Amino acid sequence: MRSLLRKDLLILRRSRLTVATLVLYPVAIALLIGFALSRTPSKAHVDVLDETPPGETVQVASRRVTVSSYVDGLFSGLHANRVSTRARAVGDVESGKVVAAVVIPADIAAKVASATAQAEVEVIYNGNALEQSLVSSQLRSALAEANLGFSEQIQRAAAQAIDLLLRGGNRGVLGAPPDFVGLQRLPSLLRRQIARTPPGPDRRSLEAIESFASFAAQNLGVSKRVLATVGQPIKIRSSVLHGRRTPLDTFAVVVAVTVSLMFLAVLLAAGGVALEREENALARLIRGLVSREALLLEKVLLAAACSFAVALAMLAGVGAFVTLDWGRAALWLAALACGAVAFASLGVAIGALAREVRAASLLAFLLSLPLAFLALVPAGAVSRGFYDAIGAISFVFPFKAALQALDAAVNDAHPGLGGAALHLIVLSVVFGLLGRIGLQRAS
Amino acid sequence: MSVPLRVEGLGKTYGELEALADVSFELAPGELAAVLGPNGAGKTTLLSILAGAQRPSSGSVSVEPRSVGWAPQQPALYGKLTVEENLELFARLEGVADPRGAVAAMLAQTGLEARARERVENLSGGNRQRVNVAIALIGGPPVLALDEPSASLDPAQRERLWEFVAGLAAAGTTVIFSTHGPGEAQRHADRVLVLDGGRLTFAGPPRALIEATGGEGDLEQALVSFLAAGAAR
Repeated sequence: MRSLLRKDLLILRRSRLTVATLVLYPVAIALLIGFALSRTPSKAHVDVLDETPPGETVQVASRRVTVSSYVDGLFSGLHANRVSTRARAVGDVESGKVVAAVVIPADIAAKVASATAQAEVEVIYNGNALEQSLVSSQLRSALAEANLGFSEQIQRAAAQAIDLLLRGGNRGVLGAPPDFVGLQRLPSLLRRQIARTPPGPDRRSLEAIESFASFAAQNLGVSKRVLATVGQPIKIRSSVLHGRRTPLDTFAVVVAVTVSLMFLAVLLAAGGVALEREENALARLIRGLVSREALLLEKVLLAAACSFAVALAMLAGVGAFVTLDWGRAALWLAALACGAVAFASLGVAIGALAREVRAASLLAFLLSLPLAFLALVPAGAVSRGFYDAIGAISFVFPFKAALQALDAAVNDAHPGLGGAALHLIVLSVVFGLLGRIGLQRAS
Repeated sequence: MSVPLRVEGLGKTYGELEALADVSFELAPGELAAVLGPNGAGKTTLLSILAGAQRPSSGSVSVEPRSVGWAPQQPALYGKLTVEENLELFARLEGVADPRGAVAAMLAQTGLEARARERVENLSGGNRQRVNVAIALIGGPPVLALDEPSASLDPAQRERLWEFVAGLAAAGTTVIFSTHGPGEAQRHADRVLVLDGGRLTFAGPPRALIEATGGEGDLEQALVSFLAAGAAR
């Protein structure tokens, strides 16, 4: 086996273009996937046309809420660009400079204040279905945020007015009488006045007023709380199952490293076995010089060792930029080793099917890439039945188990390393056996 | 070391296809036998079974595969390795005691010294075939199985090859080779084995085959007549 290993290393050393492609391509793919996963979606570029007169306000009790606060809300959720005319907004959307334009009509303040007609903003999209699909949810979210912010301001103004009615005084509110009596104090003042008033029509009138004041104070207090509830009826409180949550950037590192490990191990092992057939050397080797098992083992070890080294270097390199727990490095090695051997075993099974290196590489590539993407499909993103099917496929190939093993090793994520490593060992044996059967048929 | 090669009742089937059926013959040490027959007659199958590259469906071969030096029809070499690296690899896999010494000796014997450090992928077809045969010889096997060894060689290289093989046979190596050139068999073989449809239809000296078909012309004419007569039967 040492002679075979030496031979394969010599061949690799002399196939610089192949080796460079084998290393650089998966690393590039892995970094792209990692980059895409670790970045939050960028803000959409939209035009905002505010047709309301400058300083337009919505009157709420004695307070005024400026319409521009709604526009400001939009600016925080989007890359918003103010435009002054509708023609400019439409032109920008048509030319693709922005993906959409939001038009805030001149009568928005009047409609909000009327409480009878619902105010509307207009969104102008271009005709590109893909862009529209990509941006619409982001835009809806930004509009909802702006709506919420605007309604909170209105709610605060209304609550302040109610507070003033309840507590009295004037607290600097323009137009309020100086130090007027609030509804909360009014019933007790009235009851004292009633006690001093002799029975008769005046006393009955005072009693009726006291009864109304008590009722009004009680219900206005409730309506203030109702306003707060209606403004944001449900708050979100997040909790994560299975211990601590894996940060997105370190998970992206794990995905990137696992993708590299997979491509390198699978392609090297598949290519290594296929090369023996392509060079017609397989029959010469297995006629008693090397057993089929030893040949497969040599290919698995070589591919696993090379991919392990590259993946470890990649993990260590990325560790310079992303915070990783180096105290768990021994677990990284175990996870990478199990993953590398499982991927290499898959590779020899593929290589045993193909007559030549190009066919083996193509087959390995065609199989590996969808497996990686399938394993990354989150639950809930697809229908239950489809997700179950994806789960079954991912279970019989090593990518998901390798990802789980490395995630557990690097991020202490659930499920633990032990189960994933055992899964990988079983898959290594299964694919090794399939490779042995394939080699038997090939020879 | 000289050993006889005994083949008894050898058969090989691929599913429904019978590639070899009940093939039996015996070659004495130092004997040089040519396997003749049309395409698909079973020549390559017979030699690969002798070399241990395939398992027979039935029958037996008296020598262990590791005692047979095998040069397959398609050169089985690593293109990225040099001539001497290929030879050294197989010398080590064959368990040769002094691999480097064996490589040097083989390079000298086959006239490949000047090409020793060239990568096989850069060699001509003829030189590749020479390396292919050299690998078959590297372990000093008592039996040689050469599958169309002269197929890619030019006339001068052929002559050198047969001169070399005749020398090995004279030294006691049992040699069995397949060929599509009956003239080659007539000139170099002590015995011809004619395979037709997986069956051994003739085994004997080349002269005997000529006589069996009327005693006139050369071995090529005799073989054509023999096969035609067999087809008529």
